[in-house]
Amino acid sequence: MQELTIAGFGGQGVLFAGKVIAYAGLAADKYISWLPSYGPEMRGGTCNCQVILSEGSIGSPLITKSDSIIVMNKPSLEKFETSVKSGGMMIIDSVHVDVKTKRNDVKAIYIPAQKMAEELGYSKLGNMVMVGQFIKQYGEIPFDTVLESLKNHISQSKAKLLEANIEALKAGYNFEG
Amino acid sequence: MSERFLMKGNEALAEAAMRSGCRFFFGYPITPQTELAAYMAKQMPKNNGVFLQAESEVAAINMVYGAAGAGARVMTSSSSPGISLKSEGISYIAGADLPCVIVDIVRGGPGLGGIQPAQSDYFQATRGGGHGDYQILVYAPSSVQEIVTLTAKAFDKADEYRMPAMIMGDGMLGQMMEPVEFFDKRDESTLPEKPWATTGTGLKREKNIINSLYLKPEELENKVIARYKRYDKVKEKETMFEEYFTEDADVIIAAYGTVARIALSSVRLARQEGFKVGLIRPITLWPFPEKIFAKRSETAKQFMCVELSMGQMIEDVRLAVNGKCSVSFYGRTGGMVPNQEEILEAIKKLF
Amino acid sequence: MKTVFEKPHSLSDVSTTYCPGCTHGIIHRLVAEVIDELGVEGKTIGVAPVGCSVTAYDFFNFDVQQAAHGRAPAVATGIKRVHPDNIVFTYQGDGDLAAIGTAETVHAAARSENITVIFVNNAIYGMTGGQMAPTSLVGQVTQTTPYGRKVENQGYPIRISEMLSQVEGAAYIERVSVDSIKNISNAKKAIKKAFECQINKEGFSLIEVLSTCPTNWGLEPEEALSWLRDNLMEHYPLGVYCDNRKEKGGCL
Repeated sequence: MQELTIAGFGGQGVLFAGKVIAYAGLAADKYISWLPSYGPEMRGGTCNCQVILSEGSIGSPLITKSDSIIVMNKPSLEKFETSVKSGGMMIIDSVHVDVKTKRNDVKAIYIPAQKMAEELGYSKLGNMVMVGQFIKQYGEIPFDTVLESLKNHISQSKAKLLEANIEALKAGYNFEG
Repeated sequence: MSERFLMKGNEALAEAAMRSGCRFFFGYPITPQTELAAYMAKQMPKNNGVFLQAESEVAAINMVYGAAGAGARVMTSSSSPGISLKSEGISYIAGADLPCVIVDIVRGGPGLGGIQPAQSDYFQATRGGGHGDYQILVYAPSSVQEIVTLTAKAFDKADEYRMPAMIMGDGMLGQMMEPVEFFDKRDESTLPEKPWATTGTGLKREKNIINSLYLKPEELENKVIARYKRYDKVKEKETMFEEYFTEDADVIIAAYGTVARIALSSVRLARQEGFKVGLIRPITLWPFPEKIFAKRSETAKQFMCVELSMGQMIEDVRLAVNGKCSVSFYGRTGGMVPNQEEILEAIKKLF
Repeated sequence: MKTVFEKPHSLSDVSTTYCPGCTHGIIHRLVAEVIDELGVEGKTIGVAPVGCSVTAYDFFNFDVQQAAHGRAPAVATGIKRVHPDNIVFTYQGDGDLAAIGTAETVHAAARSENITVIFVNNAIYGMTGGQMAPTSLVGQVTQTTPYGRKVENQGYPIRISEMLSQVEGAAYIERVSVDSIKNISNAKKAIKKAFECQINKEGFSLIEVLSTCPTNWGLEPEEALSWLRDNLMEHYPLGVYCDNRKEKGGCL
């Protein structure tokens, strides 16, 4: 079972990042739950979602200890740093987070996702860079499955951004820290 | 296996309602059930249906009254403060023996309260909420898939017994996405006939009256007694629950909805550590599955109710257990949700 | 023998529960006559209010739903959306429509819900025993304004027809009275126009009928008719307030 928390500012595409992973899990025939934080924080403040990918049915959709966290801003690192299981993983956007984690019992990956996205010409797709890296580290969902499920689930209004999303995912997937 | 969709609980509920033959939805915006209304607004026109945003919760429930009395499968949805406003209408709907489905995605209260998950409206749902002697069916799903099956059932049972049915969830269930499979869209020609509905006499039958007023007390008493006979049948035939590890359990947890999922995780962890603990999950809150609690009270030593409230369902558990075992309580309220470790600790303290 | 006068088919063969001298009976009859004449009895669905006409379902011969206080326009909306080709009307008093049900009334008009509202205004709560209504006149003595309605305390009476004529969705609004043969005849014409407006799918129509309440006004039936003419009609002038039917003038 993989318990993943994704956190950042509202507007960074935190919820969508979780959905892309959840859809990929669906395509890979896994049990999935996706739980957003909801409320006023959706409108500008910090925002997070929790995704569980499992081989069996999922009890609590609420994660207390994460196997992995994807961190897209500094307040989120402060908030979720301690909730990662020992031996777990942190994927941190080093552009938005200018500090290192204090934890030394977890695998920490620092990735300049925001910068990489901007270099591709898509300043809003840092989230997809992070997802790409997560898929690589997680290793249980083939990358092609992620791309395929994204094609199937991207909304019509965003369809023209499909290629951009795929490029960002690939950049993240191929990133070597 | 049919196609699996990844959907929010609120959206899955709306889709299941439309597939159940519901073509009329009247609602008023309130967090955290908004996605349900938004989904209806988008899909109803494509399904030859009506989505109407009413001027108030009060108007919405009375539009439901009118549409139900006119013979349609009809639904409204809201969250706690909105259900308080609808309660008047729900009483009239029960008093006029009309079928409809009401969704309550519960949030913390009282007053404006909060918008995070809660179960503090158990009394409101199971004890009426509105005035008068009446009951409504209350279904408490604990997963997005169960939302779908119970929504279909709610429409069928509401029609069968001519009474309102409520789907009671919480913000977590409404907002979370899980894979879900749907049943095929119901062929509307297979929906139950409603010869009592106001459709116009066509000058071919006696007039139909939809009404909850009986000024002669004898008449009203008879009407209420007849309704309670129907409720007895509902209790006998429609009670639903699930139980886990209860046969040899010394301690049995009672929990419903999303909390039951969290509690089940705790029960599994406790079992791994050798604690003889089980779980009963009521699926219908009214009728309450009292028989299984009575039965398990013969062998269990104690019960613990876990709720997102200060303790409401515990009253039904105590009534069902009828003094045979002690019944304790663990709960969080105001929108706080306990995690599985927290409940596990509470379980261990009982041993 | 030739029949020269009979009960409209749309009225049931029962006695009403209204007080002697009350004009509800006349208004019921006018509605029933219009429904008969338009040949729509078989597809009419009425909505009864809370108030003296709460049991109107007993007096009419077609399908009726009884609604909670003030909610008749919402109930009618639910019915009409299910059966858009049926004729749906509400029959409401002043407390029901202009106090506890103001929101439902205004919004049904705003949506131009294709229903007809028969609004019976007698400036008092009848069934509960003569309390102040939102349409009670300044100075009017009622059980709850024993010293007369005072502006400082209870504010001003609401003119519903004038108010609703400002709502874009309103198609036809007229105020009539049933105090005299001539006015009764005009009232029937207005009610017929309103139902025709619905049949032609032209939207929300409301006929405000000035009515009497001899019992709670503490007057003999004849005196009540005079009081209506001398007081209610002064404050609530008769006339067409809004006519947005196709190729008509528009609201006043």
